Amino acid sequence: MVDIPESLLRRSAEAKAKALGVPVEQVLAEMKGEGPAVEVPQAPEPSPAPSSPPVERGESPPEAGEGSETPEPVAVEEEAPAAVATAVEDPMAADQGDGVVEGNGAGDAQVAALVSPRPSVPPTGLPEGVRTQRLLTVVKARAIQDVKAEPHDKINTWPHLMLIEFGALLAMTALLVIMAVVIHSPLLDPANFNATPNPSKAPWYFLGLQELLSYFDPQIAGVTVPTIVGLIGFMMIPFIDRNPSTRPSDRKFAILLYSIFIAGSATLTIIGVLFRGKGFNFSYPWKDGIFFEDLADWLDFE
Amino acid sequence: MANGNGRTGLKDRIKETNDKLWNSQVVGAILRPGSPFKQGYSDSPRNRSYVVMNNVLYHLHPVKVKRHAVKLSYTLCLGGLSFFLFIHLTITGIFLMFYYTPTAELAYVDIQALSTDIAFGSLVRNMHRWGAHLMVLSVFLHMSRVFYHGAYKPPREFNWVIGVVLLLLTLLLSFSGYLLPWDQLALWAVTVGTNMAGFVPVIGDQVKFALVAGVQVSAATLLRFYVLHVLAFPFIIVIFMAVHFWRVRKDGGISGPL
Ligand code: HEM
Repeated sequence: MVDIPESLLRRSAEAKAKALGVPVEQVLAEMKGEGPAVEVPQAPEPSPAPSSPPVERGESPPEAGEGSETPEPVAVEEEAPAAVATAVEDPMAADQGDGVVEGNGAGDAQVAALVSPRPSVPPTGLPEGVRTQRLLTVVKARAIQDVKAEPHDKINTWPHLMLIEFGALLAMTALLVIMAVVIHSPLLDPANFNATPNPSKAPWYFLGLQELLSYFDPQIAGVTVPTIVGLIGFMMIPFIDRNPSTRPSDRKFAILLYSIFIAGSATLTIIGVLFRGKGFNFSYPWKDGIFFEDLADWLDFE
Repeated sequence: MANGNGRTGLKDRIKETNDKLWNSQVVGAILRPGSPFKQGYSDSPRNRSYVVMNNVLYHLHPVKVKRHAVKLSYTLCLGGLSFFLFIHLTITGIFLMFYYTPTAELAYVDIQALSTDIAFGSLVRNMHRWGAHLMVLSVFLHMSRVFYHGAYKPPREFNWVIGVVLLLLTLLLSFSGYLLPWDQLALWAVTVGTNMAGFVPVIGDQVKFALVAGVQVSAATLLRFYVLHVLAFPFIIVIFMAVHFWRVRKDGGISGPL
């Protein structure tokens, strides 16, 4: 049997004792399974509006339920379904916004109180339309709660995430302003179709490709590498790599391949930028100078 | 409230006018109910949610994010920085457009004027140029960090595919802008680049023809690249970015910690 907190048990017992007109201690002992079943005195009060009888569901052992004469079982049947509808609500659930009702892992949700929305007969002395609630019984929460997802450790976008984003934005703006002040954009002679500069280099992000073109047949370097490997191959990565794990120790091969790709393209690009001179021939930047006009303003210090 | 003379003081009138303004129907129509701009901001969980929820921001961010997602060391902010650089390039690009004519006669002269005559022209041109290079770099690094986290695995496969398209578009944007100064560097770098496109079998020549508006790079290429650079590619990339950001959220936010 579930451990029911003492306070809830006591409330339940009090309600039951009041309804039956017996001492609380007696009911409590019975609920805990320590005492004999409660003898219900027949027609305890001549009151014209007797409060509704107790409901015992799932909580007391069947023998005890049979032993005690539960008055008016019909009324009990009517009330029971309504009572089950009440569940302990997760205070976080409203904040998730994901449409998932999250279960509450905390210990205090182990127990849900079943509350009757309204007594079958309103107690005397209450104005018309006023409803009261009574604790009927206490059941284990798990049984009526549909736990769909474990709660995440979440924090507010504002201020936590947005302040970081703002910081990154400021840092990037500062970097841009500093770069723009320090390094000037190149502007060479006006375009001239009759004067091919030597060397002619592509923008740096295509220089790795241009470098490949100088080794391989253009059909390979110009087609196979960029379109097949570069575009289609990259798009297919998630469908080729069927390994579900994201832990680095499980993905050694994938990480190795990608690292080779990065190292390879970085090497090719650096060779293209720094080590290619006249006629796109190999040259040493410290001997022959740097043929990279994008940074010409910055590299020519003399 | 009346002051000592029994008349309404200036301070009270200002306050009254102010209240009237903020409670007017126009302001009410602009700001969502409960907007912190209207009600004033005091730090509470409710207001923290309202800052995001009552705002166009809600299209980009949920009210709450996973705790590890805001750790700088996880995303390094690279996707966000790529997006920021794109916005930065749009703003500086609009400035440049005021002073630039995409014709073979005027393009070079205009860029020269920007670098020397026009107030802030040189600064803005430099920011636009370095911003473009940085964007290529940050998109590439963003892709690498996604790969090393295995963040392309289900359910995020499709967002990776969108990402590859974004990388291609970023390169195309940068490349098409490269020609616009119409100097020797621009002309011949683009000539080399488009020649590489011509090596693609079957469709290579057609792709190159469409790109450079002819068999070889010419004055017509300048207008073509200009329109692609300031209109066509930005339009397409914005659409793909929208889908990209939407999928980041629909796929359950940033992927989990390793
Ligand atoms: C214009 C270029 C791009 C922009 C503006 C952009 C923007 C973003 C942003 C803001 C995020 C949120 C997480 C983060 O900041 O890391 C993100 C996530 C993601 N991006 Fe991109 N991205 C771009 C290009 C790419 C590329 C080239 C790829 C891969 C080929 C890619 C694949 C992904 C994936 C798979 C996620 C989900 C990552 C996760 O859940 O951890 N994106 N992107």
